[in-house]
Amino acid sequence: MKKHIQKERFHSEPRQPATIGQTRAPVGVEVRNLGKKYGPQTVLTDISLTVEPGEIFTIMGPSGSGKSVLLRHIAGLETPTTGAVAINGHNPADPDTRDRFAIALVFQAGALFNSLSVYDNLALYPLEHRIGARPQIRDRVMRALKILSLENAADKNPSELSGGMKKRVAIARALVMEPQLLLYDEPTSELDPVMSATISEIIATLKQEYQVTSIVVSHDRDLALTISDRVAIMMRGKLLPPSTPAGLRRNTAPEITDFLNPKIDLQNPRYKNMTTP
Amino acid sequence: MSRISTTLDWLGGAAIMAFRAFRMLPEAPRIMKRTIEQALHGGYLSVPIVSILSFFIGAVLALQSGYALQDFGAKQLIGTLVGEALVRELGPVFVAILVAGRVASAVTAELASMRVYQEVDALVTMNIPPERFLVLPRLLAALCYMPVLTMIGIIIGWIGGAFVCYYVDFIGIAPAEYFQSVKQYLDITKLTHGLVKAEVFGFVVILIACNTGLRTRGGPREIGFAVTDSVVYSLIAILSLDFFITKALGG
Repeated sequence: MKKHIQKERFHSEPRQPATIGQTRAPVGVEVRNLGKKYGPQTVLTDISLTVEPGEIFTIMGPSGSGKSVLLRHIAGLETPTTGAVAINGHNPADPDTRDRFAIALVFQAGALFNSLSVYDNLALYPLEHRIGARPQIRDRVMRALKILSLENAADKNPSELSGGMKKRVAIARALVMEPQLLLYDEPTSELDPVMSATISEIIATLKQEYQVTSIVVSHDRDLALTISDRVAIMMRGKLLPPSTPAGLRRNTAPEITDFLNPKIDLQNPRYKNMTTP
Repeated sequence: MSRISTTLDWLGGAAIMAFRAFRMLPEAPRIMKRTIEQALHGGYLSVPIVSILSFFIGAVLALQSGYALQDFGAKQLIGTLVGEALVRELGPVFVAILVAGRVASAVTAELASMRVYQEVDALVTMNIPPERFLVLPRLLAALCYMPVLTMIGIIIGWIGGAFVCYYVDFIGIAPAEYFQSVKQYLDITKLTHGLVKAEVFGFVVILIACNTGLRTRGGPREIGFAVTDSVVYSLIAILSLDFFITKALGG
């Protein structure tokens, strides 16, 4: 039997129906002793963290360290082997929790519906959940497209878009949901520096103006250290204690400094004679 | 033991998927557009291939019956034999096999791609149940087009038999006589049994396709395996269910 975090740990909120333009209370996330194994392979080991309502929490770490798997657990897409995740005290895998709190996940590859146009991808959530009349939904979608500079892509099919544009459409689709918890999986990968900065600004603006709780998984050091309230580094399935960006910069632990400031060694003997048969 | 538990897990998953999908039946008006799209892709676009296949099945059946029955002087029964065989057995089975090859494989490939490329995960995070958005329209569409395709197949099969009976010299039965023979022993009960089989086969084939597709994990290689599995499971299901339905309906 899986042990779920007790509901009493968070203040329980009444159900808030999603309506256009309504600012909804941000949610808190608690991960307690989370572990995940795929067969014999351990991917996550005893992870505990608390994300406060309205906070931007960034998880950094090398490739393969388990960041995206942790994010999928928070989104309720994976079943933990041990431990539990709670969003305001509720199990994120429960459809009632998703109904109660709008939770959006921006996937690394976009995960856009290829059978739908960009506009229909964005309109899907409000249409399926019957949020507003069609003109209101159109306004909401066009607003999100404008924020991401995608007005001209509304009628295109996702297969016609570049990787970076797909990522922007995925973020626009999340914005249309007006989420209380926004999860980003590598939001700035495949984007040019200008668009990366725009995405960082959007994440920060959502916090400032709408108090949206954001959890960002990223390799982007600039994003993490600029807009985050707290940053945690993940190494081999374990989460190091989170700290503020300033605290992280001051941290002299070798594993953190090596990750944040990797040195390029052009004389590394490992790469000598690479083309020798 | 592992294989048994995997099979049970698969069957249980399919049953739960069907249950969840039909629990959302009251929301069917919301998925009408997608259901019509699926009916168009699965049903309407299958009409040409069903027609060609059925014509030749009827023709071959009439030809073989002609060879067999001429020795007994019972050529006038060719129409009865072709008519009954197509209504009770060959029509529903061949149309279901064709749907498994043409439609179910496409459904599995599409849903497996959506699973592998996280589109299904995106639906889940948006709190849009895949059973309502992806499975129910395909099941409802199959329940609509299967009896229609089967009826088309049966009628064109009869016409194929009539062509052979008229144009092959050693048979030489006029179309009016042939269709009189087709009608002679055919009744609404036999036709209903054929259409019941068509409905069951269509439902099971598309359910297998959806379940196999949505359970796919991995990458492009696994999508290919899923399509193969889906078609193989469908063929096994069609032929084994055919026996049990025939036994249950008494013909």
